[in-house]
Amino acid sequence: MTETTSVATQTDESVEDFAARARAWLADNLPRIDPASLPDNDRGEETPWLRARELQKKLYQGGFAGICFPREYGGLGLPIAYQKAFDNESRNYEMPMILNTPTFTICAATILDTGSEEQKRRHISAALRGEEVLVQLLSEPSGGSDLAGVITRADRVGDKWVINGAKTWSTSAFAADYGLLLARTDWDAPKHEGLTMFLVPINSPGITLRRIKQVNGSIEFCEEFFDNLELGDDAVVGEVNGGWHVASRQLYHERRAVGGGSEFSSGIGSEGKTDMPIDYVALLAATGQADSERAREMAGRALVHRAVREQLIDHVYHGVLDGSLPPAAGSIIRITHAETHHLEFDTVLAIAGSSGVVDVGDDLLRYGERYLSRQSAALGGGTTEIARNIIGERVLGFPREYAADRGVPFNQVKRNKS
Amino acid sequence: MTKVASPERILFASTTQSFLEKEASLSRLRELHAAGISFEPDWWRRAAELGWTSLLVPEELGGGSVSGDGVADLAMVAELAGRTVAPGPLHPVSTVLAGLVEAPENHCATIESLVSGEVVGSWAVYEPGRPWAPLQPTVTATPTGTGYRIDGVKDRVEAGVESSVLLVSAQCDGVVRQFLVPTDAPGVRVESQGSLDMVKSYARVHFDGAEVSESAVVGSPDQTAELIARQSQIAQVLQCAEVVGILDTVLAFTIQWGFDRHSFGRPLASYQALKHKYADLKIWFEACRATTRAAVAEVAARSPGAELAVSVAKSYVGEHAPGMLQDCVQLHGGIGVTWEHDLHLFLRRVTLYRSMFGTPEDHNLRVYALTEQLEPSS
Repeated sequence: MTETTSVATQTDESVEDFAARARAWLADNLPRIDPASLPDNDRGEETPWLRARELQKKLYQGGFAGICFPREYGGLGLPIAYQKAFDNESRNYEMPMILNTPTFTICAATILDTGSEEQKRRHISAALRGEEVLVQLLSEPSGGSDLAGVITRADRVGDKWVINGAKTWSTSAFAADYGLLLARTDWDAPKHEGLTMFLVPINSPGITLRRIKQVNGSIEFCEEFFDNLELGDDAVVGEVNGGWHVASRQLYHERRAVGGGSEFSSGIGSEGKTDMPIDYVALLAATGQADSERAREMAGRALVHRAVREQLIDHVYHGVLDGSLPPAAGSIIRITHAETHHLEFDTVLAIAGSSGVVDVGDDLLRYGERYLSRQSAALGGGTTEIARNIIGERVLGFPREYAADRGVPFNQVKRNKS
Repeated sequence: MTKVASPERILFASTTQSFLEKEASLSRLRELHAAGISFEPDWWRRAAELGWTSLLVPEELGGGSVSGDGVADLAMVAELAGRTVAPGPLHPVSTVLAGLVEAPENHCATIESLVSGEVVGSWAVYEPGRPWAPLQPTVTATPTGTGYRIDGVKDRVEAGVESSVLLVSAQCDGVVRQFLVPTDAPGVRVESQGSLDMVKSYARVHFDGAEVSESAVVGSPDQTAELIARQSQIAQVLQCAEVVGILDTVLAFTIQWGFDRHSFGRPLASYQALKHKYADLKIWFEACRATTRAAVAEVAARSPGAELAVSVAKSYVGEHAPGMLQDCVQLHGGIGVTWEHDLHLFLRRVTLYRSMFGTPEDHNLRVYALTEQLEPSS
């Protein structure tokens, strides 16, 4: 969090003037929405993505896309204060929120850090024009948290790279144009040193994409199978065998984005209906418990934890900036996010009672459904167990866990029994 | 707290810290406990001379803060005091002053004597058998023509035995008012109440027709709820800040123990099960610090969100701190449950604070009620 990859350019326009111009433009160009009743925007459907591309195109044409991305790659090159001002103005307008993560906050930010000049010019500006959606192709069926242990291979054949293997848990890859794919290019090197990042067109021959259906019915995540996918050298992001560096930047940007600390995110608020914070006052009213001290106390506790999570995000963000906390302290936010999510869904399940488990027509069954996928928050982006190791080892400085693959050529490392 | 500070503030912090280390060490705490003494009046006068009691008091009333933000300075003192679970009436004196400076008419002399440390005062707000309900006293104040007659019983009055003056909440002509009552007034009887803490003592105070003059009243009828809110907030953020100091200290030596203590030829901190427990302690500690800092800032700014922020902090810190101390006992093993080890000195204080000035459960209800006021269900 100590680095800012965007470079601010000079502008004569004050933040206030910029905000006023944005206000006028938004009123004329984007539809207003009621933040209390958002559209569904299910990330697993095609329609929200098409809509997001249209909205992004409008933003670009109006001169309000990529406020903190450099001008030479299609952005405005302005400091974060301008983005915050725009967020404030756009609060009640329909915004392409689903493009923020991973397209802008993780993928475009990483390409900006590590990509070639050609990649930056082509892909960042295409994303800002609403013409490209970018995703991450990192996790594999063989293992989740041990990211550097990937076994998808990229073999050099003539002047091409030939990719074989499988990726999984790729967020909204079905809607994407390009993906950042981490593959092994040197099997004789220790695991972190034989990896290379590629920027892969998703609709290539050699890629078979399948949706993963989750417990809550979501089909947003995908898995991809690679059968002799051919790529040129122009697909390499960063250095050959320098893929771990690129992946580390992705993880860094991901942690920042989760905490709401990315200057590359545009717009504020929930993505859609399923992402809205729980309204306990409405829930207690709907279940006839507005005067129940027990229900009020439980809901109050959940509200306390929700408020503390926000205060903690701010505290850790500034702690890392001023050096009082190490960058690995981002894992504190990651775990608190999951723990708060757990508490909220445990609370809502308890308060909803049987309405949360039988559809009696009061629309509360959705809370039971959301409870079923409670653990997603403790798994996505690395498990909370790994995050606790990180806090123990990189924040508190405790001895590292034993790793049998440290310093060992990867082809000698023991892998899953097939 | 630890935010970037002026040279004056850094000097104030270091003077306070060295005074506490020399004059309020843990071994001193044990000596006071063994002697049955809560704190020494002369020690408190010297603490007052360092400026601890002047922070909430405007300059025209004889006070002044180092940074211009008296609430933040005072919270810093409380956090430093937590490091050695210091004795002394910092909380009750600050709470009384927080009320008096809002309505100083007729009370300038009392303010001056509290600031100088010559006199100790406390807020008599709890009543026997009743939970934290500062706006619902049953003690009565009856106008007599020349003043008021106070009747009823208060309890859990911190440092009540050592106090010369009490700020007493009471029902008066159908509204809640507060009165400054000298403890040596006829009709006032003070009985000591022990607590879990090594040195902090409390008192039950009987008012049997205690007569006070017209000038004993503090603030107007309309102002009283606001004064009580301010006093509550000061009392509550001071608790949170002191607990942050306690947790910081206890975590530091418990983490060091994880490096130093070996079992089966390995440091304790190399075991993943323990590493994960330590990670949780670190997370909760940073969260306690974050929410306390936010509450202190809101109280200092007198923001409309201050009450909510304080209840959030008080609930979170109260919910977590005692359990965190117990985890530290567990990480120490058997030594952690001995009288000789210092852990229980800290555990006593955080457990005491958990349940005073509102339990976490009380504050959860308050947070819900405040949220309901902000977003009434449609």
